[in-house]
This record gives sequence, structure tokens and C-alpha cells, in this order.
Amino acid sequence: MLRGSDLSYGYARGRDRSGFSLRDVTIEVPRGSLTGLLGPNGCGKTTLLRLLAGILTPESGTVTLKERPLKDLSRREIARQIALVPQETHPAFDYTALEMVLMGRHPHLGLFELEGPHDLRVAHNALATTGTDHLADRAYMTLSGGEKQRVVIASALAQSSDVLLLDEPTASLDLGYQLDVASLLSELNRERGVTMLLATHDLNLAASVCDRLILMREGRVIAQGQTTDVLTASRVRDIYGVVADVRHHERAGHLTVTPVSRAQ
Amino acid sequence: MNMVESTVSVGAPAIRPIRARLTLTVLGFGALTIVTCLLAPLVGSTSISLARVFDRSIPFSDNVDAQIFFIARMPRVLAGAVTGAALAAAGVVFQAMLRNPLATPFTLGVSAGASLGAMSAIVLGAAVSFGPIAVVPLASLLGAAIAAAIVYRLATLRDRAMSTTVLLLAGVTLNSFFSALILFLQYIANFAQVYRAMRWVMGDLDVGSFQPILAALPLIVIAFVLFALLPSSLNLLSVGTDAATARGVDVARAQRLSFVSASLATAAAVSLAGPIGFVGIVVPHLVRLLVGVDHRVVLPASALFGAAFLVACDVGARTLLAPLEIPVGVITALLGGPFFLWLLVRRG
Repeated sequence: MLRGSDLSYGYARGRDRSGFSLRDVTIEVPRGSLTGLLGPNGCGKTTLLRLLAGILTPESGTVTLKERPLKDLSRREIARQIALVPQETHPAFDYTALEMVLMGRHPHLGLFELEGPHDLRVAHNALATTGTDHLADRAYMTLSGGEKQRVVIASALAQSSDVLLLDEPTASLDLGYQLDVASLLSELNRERGVTMLLATHDLNLAASVCDRLILMREGRVIAQGQTTDVLTASRVRDIYGVVADVRHHERAGHLTVTPVSRAQ
Repeated sequence: MNMVESTVSVGAPAIRPIRARLTLTVLGFGALTIVTCLLAPLVGSTSISLARVFDRSIPFSDNVDAQIFFIARMPRVLAGAVTGAALAAAGVVFQAMLRNPLATPFTLGVSAGASLGAMSAIVLGAAVSFGPIAVVPLASLLGAAIAAAIVYRLATLRDRAMSTTVLLLAGVTLNSFFSALILFLQYIANFAQVYRAMRWVMGDLDVGSFQPILAALPLIVIAFVLFALLPSSLNLLSVGTDAATARGVDVARAQRLSFVSASLATAAAVSLAGPIGFVGIVVPHLVRLLVGVDHRVVLPASALFGAAFLVACDVGARTLLAPLEIPVGVITALLGGPFFLWLLVRRG
């Protein structure tokens, strides 16, 4: 579905080539999968998401969406097929939640076209799906962190794309909201068939909702594949330098990771 | 932080379908602007009647009221309308593209460049004359163009997309640099020149005839044609550049279009009437309080309300201390300064 082949990207310019944030990254997000993207801070997760969304252009390598190179598609064509949920969204003006969600319709509207009844229906559906319909007329800036994140996810859903890229959507949320977002994502994945790539620091979230994982360290992919194959104690030690207990939790019904100590 | 925001934020107006809101807003503000522009010329030292002005039974050459209305007072009212619309719309565009509600049309140095240009023409160019061509507005346009070109070049030097940080820093630096040059020119100028330059900087809508308005109009029309392409991109730009790109906006293109069109409108307005402050920030914020923040509504509403606002301020400038005339820039500053401070405090 969405594939990155030999992607390299560096923020450092000029002579200093040590600043490469991604090197020869090849990843695959199969159709219908909920793939997790794991790795320590600064390992290139956000850069990879921005490359896959076409926000950045790779210095080498190609991104393909349904076998078509991303660079052959217009911005609007990409936006109709890939939606992105950034880590945090801070609009400069006091938009309402509904207005934020309606902006997701942008790639479907012509230059002077105003959103019509169909777009409003899509937006309200998206709000209902994320459990935020009652917030529609509230000012986005007055919402709590969890409500904001769900409204931003609704905005991405209103884009009616097949692929959803999420950059640490639960990073600033408390435990309850983390669970809400997690169950929302797996529901969207199972019932609507939305293909997702989820960058996260939360190994237990990834273990609970992701069927596949991509593990990264220092701008390179260390491993990718089925969650149960990839998520092992030795890999956690490799990536984070942490000794952890990785075991199947009977009541949760998935792998759980319990950090024990810093590796020596 | 959420707690604080929720206590100071004002609830946004209830949402009607965008089409209805747009129609209602444009009709409402349009009517306000037309009424203001028709009533403003009636006010002045000689009182005239609107009925007599439009009385077709009296030939124009005999209709003193019509002559005062159209020849003596209308140019000034139209200059106010055109300048107010351009500055208010430019303010909206700059605020959205810089993601900064406190930006003004003058933040990026365009007006400082225009002032330096006008000043140079007044001080150095006194000997130069091109017959009927007005040197000061041309020089101020040139100054504005140079300032805009410098800021544009700096902000696009490293990347295709513009850096708002570089834009703001370059604008602030250019503003103080040009101010220093203006001070130097004032220092070497004679009293008459300094007086003329001071008056120019205060802003003056007394353009004398339709001629200067017609000269500035093409630039302003081009700017507004470009503005018409922008509103939905401005909504997304103000949410964030990544969010905008991910929703199909060509961010670099939208930023350039915003910068060029808003600079053009600002330069044309300043060359016509001098740097009249606060219109570009007071009007957009008042409009947002009334109609919400969607730029597809805010941009046309601000242009219309900006026209009405500046025309009304100029009526005040002509009448408050009559027969003495207050510079209109002083009126807008007296209204705008406290309003600006209130905005700062309100935002927390």
C-alpha cells in the first residue's frame, strides 16, 4: 500500500553529513494493517512520517503509494489518500472544533468551492466516530488535550483517505484518554479498513493495537514484521538500552513490556 | 495551560453553513460601507443635502451640493475607502501567513521602506521634477518594493517554504534600520522638508482629486484578485504548515502569494495616503469577534469594514476640532493603541 524504498534524508546542510536523520530506510505498510513505528527520541520517526506524507522530499529513495511514486502525484491527490495527525496542533486563531474538522475536506473542494451538505455530513460522522460530536461548536483552544487530539483525528478522518499516519497521538494524554485513542484506532482499523502507521513511544500501546511493527534506531530500521515476532526483550534492549520483561498478558490479550532497569 | 485558555477564550459564534454566513456577512458589511461612503461627504464646513446631491432636475453645473459632494469631498472619502480596505485585508493575510494574530501590514518593513522612499523624495528629490508625475508616491512605492524584496529574499534563502521566524526578524530589523536612515534624512533636511515629511508619515487622505486614487487602483485591484485565491489556504496555514501540506495546500506557493499580494496592497495604500497605522490590526480583530475566524468570511468582511472604518475615522479627523484638522493616523492610533493593548491582555 504505502512503501518507502532506500529513503535518506538529512537536516544538516553543507559539509556536515553526520547529521543524517534517516539512512537507507525501506519500509512497507501493507493495506489494512495497523503498523507501529517504534524507536527512541531523534531516531527519525517523525522525519519518516513526513517523508511518507510527502511533506518532505527524500534526498534519495522513493515513496510509493499503491505502486505510484508520490512525486508523480499532486499535493491534493496525496491529501485525498494520506492523512496525517501531527503530535500537537496549535491553530493561530480560535476555530471551532467543527471548523477544524471541515478543513479536512480541503483536498476534495475546488478553489472557490464551499463545503456543502455532503461535506458537513462527513465532518459530523468523523466527530461522532471520535466521540466529539457534542464539542462541534466549542472553540478548539478551550478543549482538553484528549479532546483536541480526538478532534484532530476527526479532521484527518474527514479527509476520507485510505491511509492515516499518526505521530505520537497519545503522547500528551492521561491513561484514560490513551486507552480511548487506542481503542478508537483499532476500531477504525478493523471496521473501516483504514491503513495506519502509528509512531509512538508507548510500547504497550503498540503491542495492544498494532499487528505489525517497525523498529528504528539512529535513522535506520532495525526490524519490521509481525508484532509478536518483532517485539522481544533483546530488541527493546538494543533500541532503548533498557532491560525489560516482555511477556504475553492473559487478561489484556497481548504482549506487555515492563521496563526493569537500564542496561549496563 | 488548558485551564488558563478556557477562562480567557471567548466562545466562537454559532456555526451556520458557510454559504449563508458568507452571504449575510458580505451583504451586512457591504451595506455599512456604502452607507458610510454616502454619508461621509455630507459632513463638513458647508452642510449639503443628499436629496439635492442626487436631484437630477438640477444640472450638475448649477448644483452646488452635488459639486461639493462629488468634486470636493468624494475623492477624500474614496481614498479612505480604498486605503482602509487594502490595509485591513493585508492585515488579515499577514496575520494568517505569519500565524501571528498581532502582525500588522507594517510588521515586515514594507511601510518603513515606503516612508524612506517618500522621505528621500521630499529631502533629496526636491530639485528633481517629472512634470505632472507625482514623485513622492512613486518613491514610496519603490521604497516599499525594495523592502519587500529584501525580506522575501532573506526568508526564501535556505528553503522553498518561507520561515516565519526569519520573516518576522528580518521585518523588525529592517524597520529599525530604515527608521535610522529616516532620522538621518530628517537631520540633514531643512525645516520645510521635515514638516512635509512629518505630515506624510502621519497619514493624510486629502488627495485633492480622483487622479492619485486612479494611479493606485491598478495595484490594489491586482492585490485583491490574488487575495481572492487565498482564503481556504489561509485557514490551513494558520493551523500549521505541516497540517496545511497534509491537507493538500502547496505551502510555499500559498506563502509567496500571500506575501506578494499583501505587500502590494500595503505599498499601494501607503503610497496613496501615507502609513496609517492600526487599521490592519483593529479591523480584522473586530471582524473576527463578530463573524468568527474562518478566512473565507473574515477576508471580504475585513476589506469592507476596513473601508467603512477609515472613512469614519477621517470624518472624525475633519470635524472633531474643526476648523483644525487632526491627521487621520492620529485618530486611528488613538482608537487602535488601547484596542491593541486590550487584545494583548485578553489573549493572556
